[in-house]
Amino acid sequence: MRFSGCAHRFSPNDDINTDYIISGRYKFKIDDMNELAKHVMEDIDPDFSAKVKKGDIIVAGRNFGCGSSREQAPRALRAAGVSAVVAQSYARIFYRSSFNIGLPLIECDTDSIRAGDEITVDLDAGLVIDKATGESTSIKPIPRTMQILLEDGGLIQHLKKRGDFALRQGDTELMN
Amino acid sequence: MGKTMAEKVLAAHSGSDCYAGEIVVASVDFCMSQDGTSTMMIRELENLGFEHPKTSRGMALVLDHNAPCPSAEVANVHLRIRTFARDKRIPIHETGSGVCHQVVPESGKVLPGDLAVGADSHTCTYGALNACSTGLGSADVAAAAYTGKLWFRVPETYSIRAEGVLPERVGAKDLMLKVIGRLTADGATYKSVEFSGDSIDSMSMDGRFTMANMAVEMGAKFCPFGFDSRTSSWLTERGLPPGAPMSSDTDADCEKRFEFDASDLVPLVARPHSVDRVCDASSLKGTKIQQAFLGTCTNGRLSDLEAAARLMKGRSVSSGVRLIVAPASRTVLVDAIESGVACQLIRAGAVLVAPGCGPCVGTHAGIPSDGENVVSTANRNFKGRMGNNRDVGIYLASPETVAASAITGEITDPREV
Repeated sequence: MRFSGCAHRFSPNDDINTDYIISGRYKFKIDDMNELAKHVMEDIDPDFSAKVKKGDIIVAGRNFGCGSSREQAPRALRAAGVSAVVAQSYARIFYRSSFNIGLPLIECDTDSIRAGDEITVDLDAGLVIDKATGESTSIKPIPRTMQILLEDGGLIQHLKKRGDFALRQGDTELMN
Repeated sequence: MGKTMAEKVLAAHSGSDCYAGEIVVASVDFCMSQDGTSTMMIRELENLGFEHPKTSRGMALVLDHNAPCPSAEVANVHLRIRTFARDKRIPIHETGSGVCHQVVPESGKVLPGDLAVGADSHTCTYGALNACSTGLGSADVAAAAYTGKLWFRVPETYSIRAEGVLPERVGAKDLMLKVIGRLTADGATYKSVEFSGDSIDSMSMDGRFTMANMAVEMGAKFCPFGFDSRTSSWLTERGLPPGAPMSSDTDADCEKRFEFDASDLVPLVARPHSVDRVCDASSLKGTKIQQAFLGTCTNGRLSDLEAAARLMKGRSVSSGVRLIVAPASRTVLVDAIESGVACQLIRAGAVLVAPGCGPCVGTHAGIPSDGENVVSTANRNFKGRMGNNRDVGIYLASPETVAASAITGEITDPREV
């Protein structure tokens, strides 16, 4: 799997919580993800929804997606066109929810990626390639469980397709 | 090798002799969802052809984040949830019942030894009842309701010991802020956190709920407390059975151990806009506040209201300050009325609002103005959290510190009033 797009960065870089991704001002009353997408990241970048293009990639530091369990956060990012998030680490609930709804999360060192750089995530090669700087960064392998969910099109599709959880019980996996 | 509480609960629920790091598919006892997360769950359940929950103790829907409804749009979201609950015969806790994390334990649906999930990040609160519970997204909760089970990665455990008697006007909230200040906002990501020590042994169940509630603020997955006479009394007083009490084995493998001395703890505050920006309340003397908020699933229980009322006795809310009080549940509200605590707070100048989440999540009943400071007993102080992102600062503190600050109009160490 490969994703290419323009990198978006934010301030703060660490601890970007799900309230920042989609504020409670909207998420309680708007149930349509395309409508919610118009307000994604608004509290830390009011222009984000206007400038994000289909396929773009969010780049951040540690603990991306911390806070509230709102699944509107990964869903609204995806509805806004975001193809993947690349960060140093993720909060647990956001991590599961993103793969559940088909938004891949990539873990790697992100310090050298600048806002506006054209980047490619190559899951098969295990690299994030920054076309602007020519630098490639190794990514942490996506755990097998998350790969299965992603390949099946998310958790609900996984259950529909397989009739049950088709995960390998007893596998030992490192997450975060 | 011995097992931690997380390993025991996941082993018992998956029929496997599992240890930290392993993936298991475990049966889930109970699941719940609230009005901000239910519609996505309902869509997924409809997609799956759901008829009834397969979790052993069923599921519940709670209308708490926007109750009573602040707008027609939200009212229609509630209508959709109500219709689903009626069609599928799912118990629904209606407007005014209170915050899910107080309502669920009171309902007896989560008991010692249980594995519970909820579409709300603070579902870890039930850890106070010697259970393993965690917050998840709506798709995961839908999967749990539909299949009666869910996959989990068995978490590593952090053991946190707190020794010593908490000083006067210093409580569970201060201890938890101290812990989070040291471990930081992602310091326990993916971990199960087990508290022990004599500070915990002598802590009320309300205090344990406060601490378990905030475990997710440092990234934790579970926060199971031990089972003791306080847990047992809490259940008995409510006519609830003891469940399947469990404890950590002495030779269980803990990834990290931390120790805290509670005897020299002082009232603490988390400054805007992150829960781990912790400092002594006294160091913020002179920081003016315009609103004080007492409530939430962290500190909206009867003992929290009592602590604030005791401190406010014979005093009143400073002019220029709004003190908003939201009891965590209808039961808490009734108890506060019957014991006179609600009346004491109202006489002191507090505004009593309906049991629920409202002000904490910025949906209604206390949205601050531009440029204001709020001192709050909640668990989150993200920018914009209370419904206004324009230069609003949220300071998190204990009920005593919130009450003291409401009296003086500035952030105040409750030992100084």
